Amino acid sequence: MTDNSLVSVQHLDRHYGELTAVANVSFELEQGEVLGFLGPNGAGKSTTMQIITGNLAPSAGSIKICGIDLTEHPKQAKAEIGFLPEQPPLYRELSVDEYLGFCARLNRIRRNKIQQAVDRVKQRCGLEEVGKRLINNLSKGYQQRVGIAQAVIHSPSIVVLDEPTVGLDPIQIREIRALIRELGKEHGVILSTHILPEVQMTCDRVQIINRGRLVFSDSVSNLNRQRDSRSLLLTLQQPPAETELLTIAEVERVEHLGGGQWRIHHRPDASPATRLAERAVAGHWGLAELSPEYTSLEQIFIDITTSEAGHHEEQAA
Amino acid sequence: MMVWTLAQRELRSLFLSPLAWSILAVGQFILAYLFLSQMNDYIMVQPQLKLLDNAPGVTQLLVTPLYGSAAFILMLIVPLLTMRLISEERRNQSLALLFSAPVSMTEIILGKYLGIMLFLVLMILLISVMPLSLLVAGPLDLGHLAAIIIGMLLLVACFAALGLYMSTLTVQPTVAAVSTFGALLLFWIIDWAGDKVSNAEASGLLSYLSILRHFEAMARGVFSSADLAYFLLFITTFLVLSIRRLDADRLQH
Repeated sequence: MTDNSLVSVQHLDRHYGELTAVANVSFELEQGEVLGFLGPNGAGKSTTMQIITGNLAPSAGSIKICGIDLTEHPKQAKAEIGFLPEQPPLYRELSVDEYLGFCARLNRIRRNKIQQAVDRVKQRCGLEEVGKRLINNLSKGYQQRVGIAQAVIHSPSIVVLDEPTVGLDPIQIREIRALIRELGKEHGVILSTHILPEVQMTCDRVQIINRGRLVFSDSVSNLNRQRDSRSLLLTLQQPPAETELLTIAEVERVEHLGGGQWRIHHRPDASPATRLAERAVAGHWGLAELSPEYTSLEQIFIDITTSEAGHHEEQAA
Repeated sequence: MMVWTLAQRELRSLFLSPLAWSILAVGQFILAYLFLSQMNDYIMVQPQLKLLDNAPGVTQLLVTPLYGSAAFILMLIVPLLTMRLISEERRNQSLALLFSAPVSMTEIILGKYLGIMLFLVLMILLISVMPLSLLVAGPLDLGHLAAIIIGMLLLVACFAALGLYMSTLTVQPTVAAVSTFGALLLFWIIDWAGDKVSNAEASGLLSYLSILRHFEAMARGVFSSADLAYFLLFITTFLVLSIRRLDADRLQH
């Protein structure tokens, strides 16, 4: 455990009666890091986030926020956290300005700094145009932005966002993701999602949680390196015999997928793409598609979560 | 400070809904009608009163019944005001905002309670304008009036504390309203059984529990510390229970 970590969670447990929602989860968040929490529905993502933000008490384990113990000094610890739950906690009868002003006072921003804080956060979240409007009359995307604005109004060290892009249209999703990246520069961000590309696009580190356990944790750049291409997709209009493809040095194995499409497996360090293209042109194979195949995060995710499930079933049997 | 911020927000949201305005209007209208008809009766009997030696004054004949009716009407109204305090926030899932902010459960409960109390104080002030208008025509027993108003404030403070607690128990505002009304009515009539119980001790307990007994004493102008203690105990009990209940949201097992 390092002293400068923003969040330090140790051996966290949470039970709901018989049901174990979170079991022995430990992780840390460093300054300027965007941490993605990934997991299937009901894996314990939301529970973990509610515990970190003090909305739920843990059954066991310790949480330190900027070195402050959350259960012992909840007020000081909570002052360093901004939280956007799955459902943004809005007072719909208030206007955006009134609501953000209230949030500022609630987070003990000094009276003469409130206006400034509200203006800054509105500018950051693109809410300048709607300050006078009632939250109830805003679209879902804007309500979500108000939710994010509420979470960052007091410039907390840590921003926790629970599924921030659910229910938004593609353009809004892009805007919110850009906003999250921007937040990641100044704050530590914890983000939960079940959308895989979102993690790749916005996060520095990813943790996969399944059945309440942390089953995978790695940086996204490592992940990108690991998923180097090991196969190519090739579509030919006049395909040659399979043996002909195997004569190319780098090709290890070919798989016919039907309809003139082949999967060419090759060694990880050498791609046969150039040779394949040359041979295809020379031999008039009618090249229609040639593209590298990446192991996606999705594949890793599915591998991990299903193998875990299989493992559990074995144990049960 | 934080309590005040929360109270302000509560009061603001209350006045942004038509409910608060209609409650103020309807309550005031009904009480004004009662007050006028009482005044009419008083004017009719005034000549005979003059013949009596120790005749009851205008405060006793006009003001006490007005606040008696007001107490009953507020018993119907307060559950409607307190029902949404916590339950609606729980339903809208906006409690997370308060839970993740640096405020304690005690501050949240006290903030909400203060917010609703400010509204009820305003309502009692509006009601009190009616008896005070009699000052134009002649003198009033102001000490007696002050005792009634203080009694009234303590009474609605009890109503609100119970209503707040009921609101922490449920997600449905209507359930909170119905249970608050039921509980208040029980506290109102609990001594009716007391009269029929032959055991003096039990009957004494039941009449001590009755919220109406304590208010009636104050409405007669008798300000005793025993009544005051009853009201303060009542309020504290339900506020502490509310705080505990809200804290249990975090612990739920």
